[in-house]
Amino acid sequence: MSEVVPGYRREGPGTHPPLDFPAYRSSALRHPTAPLVALPHRLTEVTGPLLAEGRVTETDHDLTTQHAAEPLGERIVVSGRVLDEGGRPLAGTLVEIWQANAAGRYRHDGDRHPAPLDPNFSGAGRCLTDAEGRWRFVTVKPGAYPWKNHPNAWRPAHIHFSLFGRAFAQRLITQMYFPGDPLFGFDPILQSVPEAARERLVSRLDMDLTTPEWALGYRWDIVLRGREATPRDDEEDEP
Amino acid sequence: MTLPVTPAQTIGPFFAVGLIWADGPDVVAEGTPGAVRIGGRVLDGAGDPVPDALVETWQADPDGCFAHPDDPRGPATGGFRGFGRCPTDAGGRWAIRTLKPGPVPAPDGGAEAPHLDVSVFARGLLGRVVTRIYFPDEAEANATDPVLRSIPDPRLRERLVAVPDGVGLGFDIHLQGDQETPFLAI
Repeated sequence: MSEVVPGYRREGPGTHPPLDFPAYRSSALRHPTAPLVALPHRLTEVTGPLLAEGRVTETDHDLTTQHAAEPLGERIVVSGRVLDEGGRPLAGTLVEIWQANAAGRYRHDGDRHPAPLDPNFSGAGRCLTDAEGRWRFVTVKPGAYPWKNHPNAWRPAHIHFSLFGRAFAQRLITQMYFPGDPLFGFDPILQSVPEAARERLVSRLDMDLTTPEWALGYRWDIVLRGREATPRDDEEDEP
Repeated sequence: MTLPVTPAQTIGPFFAVGLIWADGPDVVAEGTPGAVRIGGRVLDGAGDPVPDALVETWQADPDGCFAHPDDPRGPATGGFRGFGRCPTDAGGRWAIRTLKPGPVPAPDGGAEAPHLDVSVFARGLLGRVVTRIYFPDEAEANATDPVLRSIPDPRLRERLVAVPDGVGLGFDIHLQGDQETPFLAI
């Protein structure tokens, strides 16, 4: 049996951060230095975990209702679609998020920022995209927080996102930012992204998503790699 | 239409807030006949353990099939999840419990040797790095595997083959340094 399957498109150099980025200090001893070995996309790479079943409950998308009372902070709705490069929606794919609370503190033993924890906020959410690739979370806007990368280093407010897509080749972990944050220019993690691609990580205020008298809405679409065309030898020549 | 791909960012140090699954390392449940433990350490360029990495694995079932509609043979129906996820501990250690995959058919009519695809995410890694784990009892299949064969240096090829470690198979991931793991361009 022939197992010729189309692979996924590979991004050029202008999309992802380089793994070696000295301004992000902890990359120094953690980035590989040898050239990468080409990995053709074969069956293992064009398939991937489809984790819909039993991974998500009805309330996992609402980070403001996971405890006895509501968390403090500015309530927001964050929503968008997961699409591939061809604009095709990725339906039923798992989206996982985690974030700091409104004071800029993560519920994690390693977070030493002396800002208060919120007993009503865990900071984790999950959902599955619908048939149009849409996802939606209700949460509070995370705070900026200091870190030890360099003197007086602060991270702009962000939400971490984990995406599976439908193939191992599409796996993506990234961060979403909020529009107009004055910390952007000081943040080596955002600045590690090639300049032309940086704005793709910034959500936009969307008054259609904003719920009157209740919550501001931010929209952010996530684009995963698309499929290569079917190999030519499987196709008839088009005129 | 071509939309611009969303860039990657580091997983950061606090991913345990959102990405820990109680059953993440259990690709198969404890007690599953034939289950093998595969694990090791993630180490940095100084040889120090990386205590804030996340290791994910994806693989075929023992018949070399995938539980996925894009497997042209049709999705495997045996219920094998094929996916493992394990954060490293304070010593940089990770481990999963799984079944050894079968060989996977390749486009040229040959086969890829049994393997796991591996993603590594960590604080300090601005995107994921990808490698593969092969099996030490598959010398013949490994010798003809197209990915292993594309690595000319036998010492580097060997680094992609797990080693028996007394409790299962060991596979250390060296992000950098003399022992750097060969990473693959996905």
